[in-house]
Amino acid sequence: MKRHPPSPQPSPARAGEGSEFMPMKGLPTLKWNRFEIAFWLIPIAAFFLFPRYLTLGSQILIAGLFALSLDLILGYARIISLGHAAFFGLGAYTAGLLAKHGFGEPLSGLFAAAAVAAVAGWITSFLIVRGQDLTRLMVTLGIGLMLFETANQASSITGGVDGLSGVEMKKIFGVFGFGLDGKTAYLYSLAVLFIVFNATRALVRSPFGLSLRGIREGERRMPAIGASVRHKLVAVYTIGAGIAGIAGALLAQTTQFVGIDVFGFQRSAELMIMLVLGGTGYLYGGLIGAAVFMILQDYLANLNPVYWQFWLGLLLVLIVLFARGGLMGGFIALQHRLWRPSR
Amino acid sequence: MVTSFIGVLFDGLAYGSLLFLISIGLSVTMGLMNFINLAHGAFAMLGGYAAVVAMSRLGIPFLPALAIAFAVSGAVGALLERVLYRRLYRAAHLDQVLFTIGLTFMSIAAATYAFGPAQQPVRLPPFLTGQVHVLGLDLGTYRLFLIAMVVLATLALTFLVERTRFGAQVRAAVDNQQASVGLGINVERVFSVTFALGSALAGLGGALGIDVLGLDPTFPLKYMVYFLLVVAVGGAGTIRGPLIAALILGVFDVAGKYYVPQIGSFIIYAVMVLMLLLFPAGLVGRRI
Repeated sequence: MKRHPPSPQPSPARAGEGSEFMPMKGLPTLKWNRFEIAFWLIPIAAFFLFPRYLTLGSQILIAGLFALSLDLILGYARIISLGHAAFFGLGAYTAGLLAKHGFGEPLSGLFAAAAVAAVAGWITSFLIVRGQDLTRLMVTLGIGLMLFETANQASSITGGVDGLSGVEMKKIFGVFGFGLDGKTAYLYSLAVLFIVFNATRALVRSPFGLSLRGIREGERRMPAIGASVRHKLVAVYTIGAGIAGIAGALLAQTTQFVGIDVFGFQRSAELMIMLVLGGTGYLYGGLIGAAVFMILQDYLANLNPVYWQFWLGLLLVLIVLFARGGLMGGFIALQHRLWRPSR
Repeated sequence: MVTSFIGVLFDGLAYGSLLFLISIGLSVTMGLMNFINLAHGAFAMLGGYAAVVAMSRLGIPFLPALAIAFAVSGAVGALLERVLYRRLYRAAHLDQVLFTIGLTFMSIAAATYAFGPAQQPVRLPPFLTGQVHVLGLDLGTYRLFLIAMVVLATLALTFLVERTRFGAQVRAAVDNQQASVGLGINVERVFSVTFALGSALAGLGGALGIDVLGLDPTFPLKYMVYFLLVVAVGGAGTIRGPLIAALILGVFDVAGKYYVPQIGSFIIYAVMVLMLLLFPAGLVGRRI
């Protein structure tokens, strides 16, 4: 039965991911549908309903933004990255170091972090576009580990394993200070996430986003219609790195601390788990996955961290074997069955 | 100066040959089925724990314990291949990566649960400890033993692949799977056997390496990069490529940590990125 040779391009196994589930009718528009509006009301409602969990809430929003950046390069451009934390960490250290040395204005810190991470992404993207899956995986992993080692060795600047403390933030617009109740941090993270999400949403629905989708579905055919695969991959990798940098900066600014684990492999791997848990290639998948993952972690990891890692691994295995589309894939399949019964 | 250089070179070779022994199974998996297996280190760890349990709890001597490590890892590899891995041969690389990261996490948690987070000690038999004087140099006996074991394993493996009927089937399957199936070769069975053999060799390497690499539950993650590196740099699906790559990596890593300890393992990652840039398809070109 299974003795058929593997096909050279493993395309059929991907059914249930991203756009393949929704045949497109015409060009995408920027109009919001009711599910999207309902989705964004959830974090606003959470602000009023769960005032005691706002710290966890900002962590979720930041992880969601980070997962969004990976979705761009993994879900849309299908670049396998095992070292996306590199850009998250660069952003976190940029914002943290700026604030530590007196430049604690939050918004300029975000821009600086995005710029640093994007430049690093742009430089490394040339290594990424050269290779295939295995090479990409190795290069991203290697860059992440190199940065981890660098941060570890340069402890006079980064604080090494003890982390970077003494990060002092100024007030946003000179009005809203980061208080202990976490209200400012939550709303600040939510606002940044919403703005970046909208920009990303517009990006993937633009002609550029459509050409990324084309690269994902058939990389070899794209040059035939005059699209430069290389340039588009460089561009999307740079943008993804920049967004990851913003997420890192948010973490540094809201927690006023940068630990060396921002560069760790664990962070890259967990990020990937959040994304596939939510579903790749929808943008919303990363946000949903981050929320479910962080809440589960908050609940289960307190019981026993070792068991948590076991369940994490089992979850990943089960998703790959049985639920490849993630939560978003399941939701969209459900939506199709409920709203379009004529099949 | 010269003596210390030769000492470093020797340690690097011993270290590299150990990496080769563990990684060769990964090379076959990638070459034969184009499968990215990030959980390969877990089989090496399993072999290590099997040897430790055999020696400390059952009182079995070192050399038979190595054989037990080989057998246990091979058996578990064969079982997992049947039950799990086989489902994913045709899946996208991303799925394989996620799946094997999941397995790695599970193996780490399971090892912590069973053996605790501490490093496992190994008591080497007296005839393998101490130093030997060769041409005025002091060489560690255990390192010499390691190199000898790996030379033996490589010779046996080369004989298996180059001279036997099974080896011819493996080579045919790597070269052109479709044509091999057409010629009546049972590629599925070839793969099962090679996967089990690769896992068994990894287990042997893990058991041999307790003294050099250490053994604790984070082993699969700690050395994952090294194993992948050997295969990616050497080129999957061959024996010669990973051997050369493993020796180069071993020497560079040991030399880097000895001469410039400040930048520690930085060197190995730099060498890796450089090698992947210069030889995107591996030192010995991939044939698939």
